[in-house]
Amino acid sequence: MSVIEINNVTKVFGNYNDKVKKLLDENQSKAEILDQTSSTVAVKAANFTVDEGEIFVIMGLSGSGKSTLIRLINRLIDPSDGAINIKGKDVSQMNSDELRNFRRENLSMVFQNFALFPFKTILENTAFGLEVKDIPKKERLEKSKEALALVGLKGYENQYPNQLSGGMQQRVGLARALANDTDILLMDEAFSALDPLIRKDMQQELLQIQKSMKKTIVFITHDLDEALNIGDRIALMKDGEVVQIGTAYDIITNPANDYVRSFVKDINHAKVLRVKDIMKPVSADDRENISNSIAADKLLTESYTYFSGGDTKIPVSDGSSIIGTLHSTDVFNTLTKGNEEVETDA
Amino acid sequence: MLENFLPNLPFTKWVSDFVSWLTSTFDFIFSPLESILSSIMNIIIDVLEFIPPVIFIAIVMILAALFMNKKITAAILAGIGMLFILDQGLWDNMISTLTLVLVSAFISVIIGIPLGILMSRSKMFEAIMKPILDFMQTMPAFVYLIPAVAFFGIGMVPGVFASFIFSAPPTIRLTNLGIRQIDNELIEASDAFGTTSMQKLLKVQLPLARPSIMAGVNQTIMLALSMVVIASMIGAPGLGRDVLSSLQRADVGTGFVAGLGIVILAIIIDRFTQTKKSA
Repeated sequence: MSVIEINNVTKVFGNYNDKVKKLLDENQSKAEILDQTSSTVAVKAANFTVDEGEIFVIMGLSGSGKSTLIRLINRLIDPSDGAINIKGKDVSQMNSDELRNFRRENLSMVFQNFALFPFKTILENTAFGLEVKDIPKKERLEKSKEALALVGLKGYENQYPNQLSGGMQQRVGLARALANDTDILLMDEAFSALDPLIRKDMQQELLQIQKSMKKTIVFITHDLDEALNIGDRIALMKDGEVVQIGTAYDIITNPANDYVRSFVKDINHAKVLRVKDIMKPVSADDRENISNSIAADKLLTESYTYFSGGDTKIPVSDGSSIIGTLHSTDVFNTLTKGNEEVETDA
Repeated sequence: MLENFLPNLPFTKWVSDFVSWLTSTFDFIFSPLESILSSIMNIIIDVLEFIPPVIFIAIVMILAALFMNKKITAAILAGIGMLFILDQGLWDNMISTLTLVLVSAFISVIIGIPLGILMSRSKMFEAIMKPILDFMQTMPAFVYLIPAVAFFGIGMVPGVFASFIFSAPPTIRLTNLGIRQIDNELIEASDAFGTTSMQKLLKVQLPLARPSIMAGVNQTIMLALSMVVIASMIGAPGLGRDVLSSLQRADVGTGFVAGLGIVILAIIIDRFTQTKKSA
């Protein structure tokens, strides 16, 4: 079931008049429209849906409109055109009271530079969303403590943000969003300001938390590795347009155009594609050998050792049962296919 | 040559007429305001003068020790300064000056902060206020004394009025600036969690702008102190009156000592309003 539906949403900074509309219809480029009308097209006729419980990554370089797009979802920025349906309600038509209540009940946001309040303690920062909702103090502090424990910050409750490292501060940002207890989480370049190693940790942690929380997450990033690592589905943006939407496997193996192709050509497939992406359906005789099975969400790089005994196929498990078979030839083919592309492009 | 072609507008007369008109038309506001303010200030002065200097100094020293970065030296220096004022027989005048400054600063703050908030919310209001604030600050302070006397007669209250006009701008400006300078991401965070505009103001904007607002209040108090001497020209009591009379009698010693009293008072108040801890 889709929780968020974006229908033909356009955002133009500056005048959105008939001339701009006409140029948009004629598929003129962003630069051309800016030149002729001095209006900046940030998002152009975006269409996508986000399903319940999935991590939907919007990936693009700076200026691609991704940050504008996420702000259109909770209407920190008003759309110029189109409809934004969240849980069946059109956010773009709400008045300010309805919008405020809708944000309180349904949407939490995590920011690139953490956006913590320097004069509040970690605990008070975490409780901000609940404080705004006028939840009694005792209850909101209780919930906030739980959220902090969940992100591994137990014991830091009474510190101030400037006493924490960047990674820890973003954990607070995440805890603040989780404490608010909404189904939808908007994450705007949430890990981009962090060191690469910390970023990897945070990605893993987010996936870990997501396993139990099952939130609907819209995640913005400019980092393709990050997008491929955490995204159930990925939307690639260029110059305000969504150029491709698909799983990591779709985008790597079947790029929609040259832009996407140039993006993914240097990606090491084995470090991005997972066992479940290339496994074959399970056959009867594969069911016997569960002991030597490989987990479905393991990366292909992690599968090599399983073949070291000379096996050509390994059962794939999702933790409780066998759901497929991984063939060594498929692994090998996928890897060489990736390399071929790199060579022909070079 | 050019003068012959200019109309020589009767601007002086217009202003005089306007002020007379204000005085007579709004007398029903000015008179009660004058009597209320002056009785409040007299009560404050009576209370402060009733406290024996020893206890007053002790209280200032304790507060200094508690609030000025918890440094004992600050408390001792404040104590020595106050003792000097007492020793020179300036105590009662110091109390009058202190009252004048605190009351006008208080009025500046309760009027200035809301004005600053309004400026931060409306570009139009900001554009209107900016030249007015420039005017208030650059017009020679003596000029305010004339309408002040017309409105309120002579004494403390016109002094407060003139001090307010001269010293309110920093609070207004820095409140506006402090709110406008807040990182946009923090405002987005506030909006994203669904704050009402009042919640946003009280829970986010004012706390974040506090250092800036406090700097404005500090400047307001300092400017109010600098108005003390000028206000004494229209009969406001206090240390300024000693400075003024010694100026008229070319009495260097008295003038310097009274001036020093103002400096000591200024430093103590400044440190109190400046050294609030930054969390």
